[in-house]
Amino acid sequence: MKILVTVKRVPDPETQLKINAEGTGFATDNIKWVVNPFDEIAVEEALRVKEKNPGSEVVLVSIGPKAAQEQLRTGLAMGADRAILVLSDENLEPLAVARVLQKLVEQEKPELILMGKQAVDYDNNCAGQMLAELLGWPQAAFASKVELAGGQATVTREIDGGLETLSFPLPAVVTADLRLNEPRYASLPGIMKARKKELKEIPVADLGVDVTPRVKIVKLETPPKRAAGRKVGSVQELVKVLHEEAKVI
Amino acid sequence: MSNVLVVAEHLHGKFPKTTLVGLAAGKNLAEKSGGKILAIVLGKDVDALAGELASYGVDVVAVDGPQFEHYLADAHAAAITDVVKQKGVEDVVATATALGKDLMPRLAARLGAGMVSDISGIVDGTTFVRPMWAGNLFATVKVEGAPRVISVRGTAFEPAAKGGSGNVEKVSASAGDGKMKFVEFAETKSDRPVLTEASIVCSGGRGLKNGENFTTYLEPLCDALGAAMGASRAAVDAGFVPNDLQVGQTGKVVAPTLYIAVGISGAIQHLAGMKDSKVIVAINKDEEAPIFQVADYGLVADLFKAVPELTEEVKKLKAS
Repeated sequence: MKILVTVKRVPDPETQLKINAEGTGFATDNIKWVVNPFDEIAVEEALRVKEKNPGSEVVLVSIGPKAAQEQLRTGLAMGADRAILVLSDENLEPLAVARVLQKLVEQEKPELILMGKQAVDYDNNCAGQMLAELLGWPQAAFASKVELAGGQATVTREIDGGLETLSFPLPAVVTADLRLNEPRYASLPGIMKARKKELKEIPVADLGVDVTPRVKIVKLETPPKRAAGRKVGSVQELVKVLHEEAKVI
Repeated sequence: MSNVLVVAEHLHGKFPKTTLVGLAAGKNLAEKSGGKILAIVLGKDVDALAGELASYGVDVVAVDGPQFEHYLADAHAAAITDVVKQKGVEDVVATATALGKDLMPRLAARLGAGMVSDISGIVDGTTFVRPMWAGNLFATVKVEGAPRVISVRGTAFEPAAKGGSGNVEKVSASAGDGKMKFVEFAETKSDRPVLTEASIVCSGGRGLKNGENFTTYLEPLCDALGAAMGASRAAVDAGFVPNDLQVGQTGKVVAPTLYIAVGISGAIQHLAGMKDSKVIVAINKDEEAPIFQVADYGLVADLFKAVPELTEEVKKLKAS
């Protein structure tokens, strides 16, 4: 089985981001870049599918600047087979991402696409669902369990109020939520091997896909800071202020 | 005519508060764009639901049939697309619940629409405010062209109130090719209020150390207060509790009257999910924890002592 997995280069989620001088994005100096954590879970899931289905191939795709090689190498070191980097210095909006991926799917013909449920930079939570629609494929977003057998997928999704299970034929798009698995660390031999694995670069313009943004950022602001309150000395005092001062209990 | 269509999510024959927030956002958008507001309800035997929805003063489009009994992204996206085309709709709005987050992007791709996720404000008919980067920044974004597909943060508007009466129209719509099949919904049974509707939320973090301690320490406090239980991403990540309890940018966004954070350090992404709460209380043994920077009342204490004590004090107060 061929599995396509998306890997986005994002700022480390622990980083406190600041707006850049132009007010168009965040200041990129002193930022640590990582694989989008939800994509890391998607890579892990693909590797587990491959382990159960010998002969499978795991192909990583990233859309981003040349430096995104680093994140693809991380995925290759985890065990993916090869990688494609679609070069774009601009961050593409989700529908453009979905169109780029649709083009690659036409070339690669995977049976399963695994993606993180959202990238923790722009937090759109859209690209997977959009790709499924463009391809006319079933989708299972926010997956916490994926079972594949005989060309069918059974996926459990974490939704409001409980767990929902869906079934559908492959090919399909599945997006990973937090509890799907615990991603492995790359081993040292894995890191060595990753250096020799194929990493193909394609300028986004070469794909002939319309990536013109429909949604433009007009202004960026830091949210109003909530003022810190005060410390209370005991549980008794806490209950008293909540009851008498804040009047919330 | 730039009509606004609100997708009205329902569960067990009712509209949850989150749906009414989406409806309020849709009404606000229709006022700003000068269009008419419509709401769509999809399901099996939805007459009563459609009538209920019309009592909020909106015209209702009901799509009824066994193929819509359970929500499925492909069928719902196909049907809503039909209605968008029939009714001259330029904006489709839904709340960014699990269903809204799953459905709206698929619908946007089907319509070739510009999509804005999880908005926290409406500036004008085509300009919206949304959080990005785990809530570090708020972006004002403008959508070019129509149609537009908008998902709304569940705390961004006051829920719509009843008033007026709209017409109900039943329409038939395509359910797509039906590749996706519903198997089951294992609902979490709980007597506690729903996280996104509760007026008090008590959340636990990694400080609780394990899932059992959520049961032993946090649940009695929730029950004493009549509160919903939440959790930080760290606690979910560590496997203490299910993901649907997660409060934060990648989980649920809540804004209760009282939010009590127990053993939560206060990572940016958690703060993004609760900082609009009216009153925030933090209980943490680390007095340097960032959660204290947003808390109205902070208690530096060992939670394993403080929480049972708090539970008892609350019980005493309620009994008095």
